[in-house]
Amino acid sequence: MTKGKIHSLESFGTVDGPGVRYVVFVQGCPMRCLYCHNPDTWEMRDGTLTDPQEIIDNYERNRPFYENGGGLTVTGGEPLMQVDFLIDLFTLAKQHGIHTDIDTSGIAFRPENKELIAKLDKLMELTDLVMLDIKHIDPEKHKELTSQPNDGILAFVKYLDDKNVDMWIRHVIVPGLTDDDEYLYKLGYFIGQFHNLKALDALPYHTMGKSKYEKLGIDYPLGDTPPMDQKALIEKKQVILRGIKDRRAEMNIPHDDSVMLEG
Amino acid sequence: MRSEWNEFVGGKWDHEINVRDFIQRNYTPYDGDESFLAGPTQNTKDLWEQVLDLQKQEREAGGVLDMDTKVVSTITSHGPGYLDKSKETIVGFQTDKPFKRSLQPYGGIRMAEKACADNGYEVDPEISEFFSVHRKTHNAGCFDAYNPEMRACRSSHVITGLPDAYGRGRIIGDYRRVALYGIDRLIEDKEEQKASTGRVMTDDVIRLREELSEQIVALKMMKEMAASYGCDIARPAANVQEAIQATYFGYLCAVKEQNGAAMSLGRTSTFLDIYAERDLRNGVFTEEQIQEFVDHFIMKLRCVKFARTPEYNQIFAGDPVWVTESLGGVGVDGRHMVTKMSFRYLHTLENLGASPEPNLTVLWSVRLPEAWKKYCAKISITTSSIQYENDDLMRVTHGDDYGIACCVSSMVIGKQMQFFGARANLAKCLLYALNGGVDEVSHKQVGPKYRPVEGDVLDYDDVMAKFTDMMEWLADVYVNTLNVIHYMHDKYCYERAQMALHDRDVLRYFATGIAGLSVVADSLSAIKYAQVKVVRDEDGIIVDFETTGDFPKYGNDDDRVDVIARDLVKTFMTMLRRHHTYRDGFPTMSVLTITSNVTYGKATGNTPDGRKKGQPFAPGANPMHGRDSHGAVASLSSVSKLPFQYAQDGISNTFSIIPGALGKDDKVFAGDINVDLN
Repeated sequence: MTKGKIHSLESFGTVDGPGVRYVVFVQGCPMRCLYCHNPDTWEMRDGTLTDPQEIIDNYERNRPFYENGGGLTVTGGEPLMQVDFLIDLFTLAKQHGIHTDIDTSGIAFRPENKELIAKLDKLMELTDLVMLDIKHIDPEKHKELTSQPNDGILAFVKYLDDKNVDMWIRHVIVPGLTDDDEYLYKLGYFIGQFHNLKALDALPYHTMGKSKYEKLGIDYPLGDTPPMDQKALIEKKQVILRGIKDRRAEMNIPHDDSVMLEG
Repeated sequence: MRSEWNEFVGGKWDHEINVRDFIQRNYTPYDGDESFLAGPTQNTKDLWEQVLDLQKQEREAGGVLDMDTKVVSTITSHGPGYLDKSKETIVGFQTDKPFKRSLQPYGGIRMAEKACADNGYEVDPEISEFFSVHRKTHNAGCFDAYNPEMRACRSSHVITGLPDAYGRGRIIGDYRRVALYGIDRLIEDKEEQKASTGRVMTDDVIRLREELSEQIVALKMMKEMAASYGCDIARPAANVQEAIQATYFGYLCAVKEQNGAAMSLGRTSTFLDIYAERDLRNGVFTEEQIQEFVDHFIMKLRCVKFARTPEYNQIFAGDPVWVTESLGGVGVDGRHMVTKMSFRYLHTLENLGASPEPNLTVLWSVRLPEAWKKYCAKISITTSSIQYENDDLMRVTHGDDYGIACCVSSMVIGKQMQFFGARANLAKCLLYALNGGVDEVSHKQVGPKYRPVEGDVLDYDDVMAKFTDMMEWLADVYVNTLNVIHYMHDKYCYERAQMALHDRDVLRYFATGIAGLSVVADSLSAIKYAQVKVVRDEDGIIVDFETTGDFPKYGNDDDRVDVIARDLVKTFMTMLRRHHTYRDGFPTMSVLTITSNVTYGKATGNTPDGRKKGQPFAPGANPMHGRDSHGAVASLSSVSKLPFQYAQDGISNTFSIIPGALGKDDKVFAGDINVDLN
C-alpha cells in the first residue's frame, strides 16, 4: 500500500464535512493562498509517512463517534497531490463502509494527463463527497490570491459533475479580497449549472493562522486584515446563492433551498 | 392501600420499604420533546430575584453573608426560615433565614472556629469550650489514633484531602422514602429493624442498635422540623407538591446536620414524575404549577450553604455542596427512565438561569430517547451546566436505582453508602520511589528508606520495580489512615438523618482515589521511550529531569502509554484490596480530582514527564493539558481505556470546548448530525 505523507490526524473534526469526522491532514500543497491558515502543511518534503491501514485502524477504534452521518475526511495540504495514497486509503475505507470525503482546491487536476485521469476515475468511484474550495472565480484574481491559475480547478468541477460525485463548494470570504459581490454572484452562477452540487459552505476568514506564520518565520501576507464578520458573511453567502438560483432557474434544475443553506 | 396511594399500581413497595419497586411499577417513560414545558411564574421570578440579590450581598460581604456562632445545628435547632412565605411553594432553609450558614462542630471544632474566624465571626466561647473539653469531635478522635507515619504522609501531601477535620459526605439518603411512606411508617420499619438485631451483644450488634436508635431519633426530629413549617410528613405525600416538599425535607435534615464534602440528592425526578402524572391526569395541578414547584425546589437546593475555610475553598475551587441529582438512564427491563420530570429539572436551567448547583447529572445511554438527547445537548450548549455519566457502564454493576454522590461516585440509593477517602498522590509516590522515600520538597524521610535509584539515566524496569514497592507502602498507610478516619466519623459525627433513610444492612464502599494519573503515565512513558537523566541537588536528592527524545503521551489513543495508565489503575487498586477495611468496606478507587488537582500539583516537585514543580496535575483522568494532539475523540479514547472494575468509584474527564468547535452553528451536538446529502 502507498503510504501518505501526513501532517497530522484529528479524531474529532466537526467542520470538515458532514457529522463528526476523522480528519487526515496531508502534508504538501502547491498553492500559496494569501489567507491560508495552515502554512505548516505547504512544504512537500515534510510529513510523517503513514500507512492507510493505520488510519483505518484508528478510525475503527473509535467508530461510534463517526456514526450517524460522520466519516473520514482527507484535507491538508492538498490531498490530490497524493492520489495513489488516497486510492489505497479509500479502498480500505469502502471495505469498512466508511463515508469518504476529500477537501481539495482542485489544483492538481490536469485534464490532459491521461495517467492522472485514470487514477482519478478510480478514486472517484471510492469517494462519497468532494468539498471543492474555489478560491476565486476570476482567473486573474485567482492567480494573485493563490499563485496558481484556476482553469484546471474549474474543469475539475465539470469532471466531478460528469462522474456524478456529490460536491460541496467551499469559498473563503476575506474582507476586501474575496468579498466583491460581482465575483461572488459569478461564482454562484458558474457552480449553479452542476447537478452534483449539494451544498455551499461560505467560510469566514479568520486570523487564527497568524501565529503559525510567526513560528515558521514567514511574513503574514494579509497583515491587519480583520476577520470576516458573521453577519456580513451571511449576506455574502446570499449573493452566491442568488447566482446559483438564477442559473438553476435558467437551466430548469430543481433547487432545494434548505440543503443549499446548510452545508 | 392508603388513600395517598390511590391509582398507584401496588406491589412489593406497598408492604415493604422499596422505592425502586414503586418507580418501576408506576413511572411513565416520556419520548416527546420539551415543547410541553412551562416558563417561570411571576412568583418564581420574584423569589429568584431575591436570591440573586442575596448572592450579590454575599459576594460584596466577601463570600459569607451571615453565620450562626451560637446554635449548634441539628434537625430541629432552628425555627422556620423563608424568602417570602406568601410566594414559596416549597419551603425550608438550613437555619432560620436564607444564606445564614449553620454551625456544625461535630466534624471538628477547630475547623468550625476557623471557618468563622476567617470570615470575621467568632464561635461562642462556651461552644468552643464544650467541643474542646466535654464533647470530643471526629477531628480530635482521628489525631488521637494517627501514628507518626500517617501524620507525615498527611503533611507532605502524598495523601491529601483526607476527611479528618470535616464531614466526609458522599452518603445519599433515600429522601424519596419520606414522600412515599411518611415518617411514621419509616419509624415503624426502623423499630422492626432494631428488634431484628442479633441477640449476642458483640461490638457490631451494639453499634448497630445504637445507630438504629439514633436514626429513629432523627426521624422523629424530621417530623417535628416539618411541622414547624406547617407540613405533616408523618403520613405519605398525597400530591406532587407534598412529594417534592417531603423529599426536600429529607434532604434538608441531612444538610442541617452534616457539612459533608459532598451532599448529593440522589435520583428523584422519575419518582416525583409519578405524582405529577397522577395530578395532571386528575386536574389537581397544571403544568405551570408543577414547574413552579420544581423551580422552587431547585432554587432551595441552590441556596444550600456551609461554613468553610478559605483553604477548603481553595482545594475545591469555591465551596461546592455537590447537590448531585441523577437524571434519566435506562431500566434493567429495557425501558428508558426519562420522564417529563427529567425535562422539568433541566428546564430550571432555563427558568432560573445556569448554575453549577444542583449538579444535574444525566445518566447517558445510547438508548435514551432522541428528543431527550437533543434537549440535553441544547441545554449543555446554552448553560454548560450538565454533567454526563455512562449509564450503560454503571447499570451493569448497579442496576437502575443508583445515584451519583459528588461527581462520579455511584451507589444504589438507600442500599449502599460510601466512606469517602480523598486520594493518594501517585506522582509524588513515583518521586518517593526514585528518592528512597525522601520527600522531594521538604527533604524529609516520609516513605520507607528503600534504596533510591542510582546512576544518571532512569531505567524503566528499575523504576517500575521501585515504584511498585513504594505503591505497596502507600496503599498500606493510606487504607490504615482511612480506617482511623471512618471509625472516628462513625463514632463522633454519625450521619443519623441520612442513614435513617437507608436499609438496615448497607453495603459500605470504602472509597479511595488517586491523583496525578496522567503525570505518572507520561513520566513512565518518558522513562521507557525517551532518555530521562536525573538532576540531583547537593543532598543527592533527585529534584529535576532532563529528557531527550520524544515519547508517547497519554491522551492520543496510543496504546504504548495508555496501557501504562490502565495498568497503574489496576495495580494500585489490587494493592488496596489486600488490606483490612473498616466495617468490611468494599474497596473502590476513583480517578476524579476535578479541582483539587491544582493543589496537589502545588505540593509536588518536578516530574520526569516535563511537568515543573508546582504545576497543576490534569484534572481526574484527563491527559495533561496540551499533550493530547490528536483531537477530542483520541483523548477520550485514552481515558475510556481505564478499567471501571478497578476504578469503581468513578473516572472523570473534564471536557471544555468552544462552541464553534462543535460544528457550524453548534449543529453537531444539538441534534443535526444527519446532513441530508440528497
